[in-house]
Amino acid sequence: MCLAVPGRITSITGDDPWTRTAKVSFGGVLVDVNLAYLPDVKVDDYVIVHAGFALSQIDEAEAALIFEELSRLAPDLGEGGEPAA
Amino acid sequence: MKFVDEYRDPAAAKRLLGAIRSLVTRPWTLMEVCGGQTHAILKYGIDELLPPEVTLLHGPGCPVCVTPLEKIDRAIALASRPDVIFCSFGDMLRVPGTDRDLLSVKAAGGDIRIVYSPLDALRIATENPAREVVFFAVGFETTAPGNAMAVFQAKRAGVGNFSVLVSHVLVPPALEAVLASPLCRVQGLLAAGHVCAVMGYTEYAPIAARYKVPIVVTGFEPLDILQGVHLCLRQLEEGRAEVENQYSRVVSQQGNRPAQALVAEVFQVVTRAWRGIGEIPKSGLGLTEAFAAFDAERRFDLSEVGPRPEPAECIAGLVLQGLKKPPECEVFGGRCTPEHPLGATMVSPEGACAAYYRHRRTAAGQGSAR
Amino acid sequence: MSQPGGFSPSCPMPIAQYEQVLLAHGGGGRLMHELLERVFLAAFRNPALDTEHDAAVLDVGGVRVAFTTDSYVVHPLFFPGGSIGTLAVNGTVNDLAMAGARPLALSAGFIIEEGLAIDTLERLVASMRDAAREAGVPIVTGDTKVVDRGKGDGLFINTAGIGLVEHGLHIAPASVRPGDAVILSGDIGRHGMAIMAVRENLAFQSAIESDCASLAAPVLALVSSGVGVHCLRDLTRGGLASALNEIAGGARVGITVDERTVAVREDVRGACEILGFDPMYVANEGRFVAFVPETDAARTVEVLRRHTVSSGSSVIGRVTGGPAGLVAVRTSLGASRVLDMLSGEQLPRIC
Repeated sequence: MCLAVPGRITSITGDDPWTRTAKVSFGGVLVDVNLAYLPDVKVDDYVIVHAGFALSQIDEAEAALIFEELSRLAPDLGEGGEPAA
Repeated sequence: MKFVDEYRDPAAAKRLLGAIRSLVTRPWTLMEVCGGQTHAILKYGIDELLPPEVTLLHGPGCPVCVTPLEKIDRAIALASRPDVIFCSFGDMLRVPGTDRDLLSVKAAGGDIRIVYSPLDALRIATENPAREVVFFAVGFETTAPGNAMAVFQAKRAGVGNFSVLVSHVLVPPALEAVLASPLCRVQGLLAAGHVCAVMGYTEYAPIAARYKVPIVVTGFEPLDILQGVHLCLRQLEEGRAEVENQYSRVVSQQGNRPAQALVAEVFQVVTRAWRGIGEIPKSGLGLTEAFAAFDAERRFDLSEVGPRPEPAECIAGLVLQGLKKPPECEVFGGRCTPEHPLGATMVSPEGACAAYYRHRRTAAGQGSAR
Repeated sequence: MSQPGGFSPSCPMPIAQYEQVLLAHGGGGRLMHELLERVFLAAFRNPALDTEHDAAVLDVGGVRVAFTTDSYVVHPLFFPGGSIGTLAVNGTVNDLAMAGARPLALSAGFIIEEGLAIDTLERLVASMRDAAREAGVPIVTGDTKVVDRGKGDGLFINTAGIGLVEHGLHIAPASVRPGDAVILSGDIGRHGMAIMAVRENLAFQSAIESDCASLAAPVLALVSSGVGVHCLRDLTRGGLASALNEIAGGARVGITVDERTVAVREDVRGACEILGFDPMYVANEGRFVAFVPETDAARTVEVLRRHTVSSGSSVIGRVTGGPAGLVAVRTSLGASRVLDMLSGEQLPRIC
């Protein structure tokens, strides 16, 4: 459950902290998203959005970690080809 | 799409699969808690690609599936009232009640509106002051902050014609119920990443220690799931039982504090019934006294809608606890299909039964089971 | 689910036990097919109808005439990239094209709700005129009825069309063979998500426009190019998945699709991600799949790519020996899963 999608904040409106709203872009599609739970985010930040609410800001440094981990794994079966059934 | 596509890279997935293959020395059984993870596993065929030693069981992470039958019947009762505009997430519309579902109520003329956000329901209330607007507030901890905000804003703005039918459930008590069962085969857990984005993961350390199971907070893209599986298996192979965070780009240990704060103000922990499982103490959320005026179950008289028995053949409860797989159910794919479901796990696309049915393997002769 | 009153115990097939028609019965998926089978096809059986293809082909004194009808009940009446009017014209033109027929003429019947603004009606009719002109097909006859306010959702349009089949091919599911290539004429999901964007309570802003368009030109080019076309099917409600399932079921073959070859625009993908939709099931109004012998695959793609509406054509899979009726997808990670018929309509989800 918990369908939540990463998107980029393109603009923010509203002074009231409870109703502060961003237009978040998902591949070019813009959705109005409530920012009350992420008071420090700004334009161009990436956030995870669930049911119209931004719940977490994506940490870009952490996001890259998985790929660093991967490079440390032993090189595997090589590229291409189907995995063994 | 950034932060989506790169976590679906097939070459990286192959490397992780290779690492998993080299790692396992014996069979292991893991459970992914969240329906969204089940969806990804089946959509990409991850269970087919994992080595045969690794078994994935699908856990109770489907709030749609575990919403009690009585609550669905109450939703139907409310939605059938001519004075009510009933708002809901799309997920709930096909969940079978005792004798029908919300979709049938809609066909019969009930004013039921699908919303994307609970704030949409609040807006409908302000736009229709002469009608009562009820929002079906369902979900795990991920959805609680949004639902809390709708109620909070309703009170703040004095929107008197808005109320919520609450059926919120909490993950850690459900995990304990699964792990505490003497029949439990789960040796490691992939915790629900978005639930943890809100709640953090401090609640899992005692569970990992008590039941000696590694718990890895895991995301929802293929690379997330594969890395989560890898980390979990590595712990099992090394004899460890700790909490690890795979989904660190989204999840922090303390979670989202402002969200937790508002949820604590609007909701309180209550005992909840889980469809197919039964009552689990302190496993749900109900409105606090300060917001009780917005409780649809207090505002409307629903006393004649009480607990009802489930169809006898439905083993959704066993499936939710990972004790049975859907194909082991006698009526799976026959009398129980997504078109005419007997239980909620066949209705919700995240329900294990529906997920199996839609993404089932090309078994010879099974065809498309019309 | 309630047992329908008078449910016959001798009925062999346990169909969905709804007493009333649901919206999902019009969704293009399994429920709609059950309704068609149970009510309409059971009553009207005849050889032309039993081909269960988009248009019926009748032999009229040695000339093959294609005949089809469709009704349009879309809401809102106007949406990005089109209207109920453009759908009404192109939808029926495309059904004729799917038989390989050259569209000749259309009829248009209107059921108008009392209270509809005449200005709205004029705009819709103008859009139909433009679509018909673009498709090169005149609207030669029609009918108009007005119903009481509250009974008509603004406007319903029915169009019927006739066309000439001027080739000798038998373009139908029955002609599909194992080994055939499956070609898709472009990216999927635009129409469904364009409609979603303007649906109440789901409003999001996007530049997604419906792909609603006439497919007659590329199809006629293909049919007269010498390619031995076996079957054509335009994608509508229920999307690519439903079209493939219908052909696989009708032809009693298996179909395998490589997910990596099915194109989806980034904004359509973004909209699908937010609402939890699978693009494979999202409606289209200007796309089709062609089943041709493997040896004709490259030529087919080449001919289709010369036309704007099918410039994104590519091979997406092939027909296999079975299991009959099963559509399988090779996922981007190399595993295989079944692409089932849609059950009712996709609903936005948070789970």
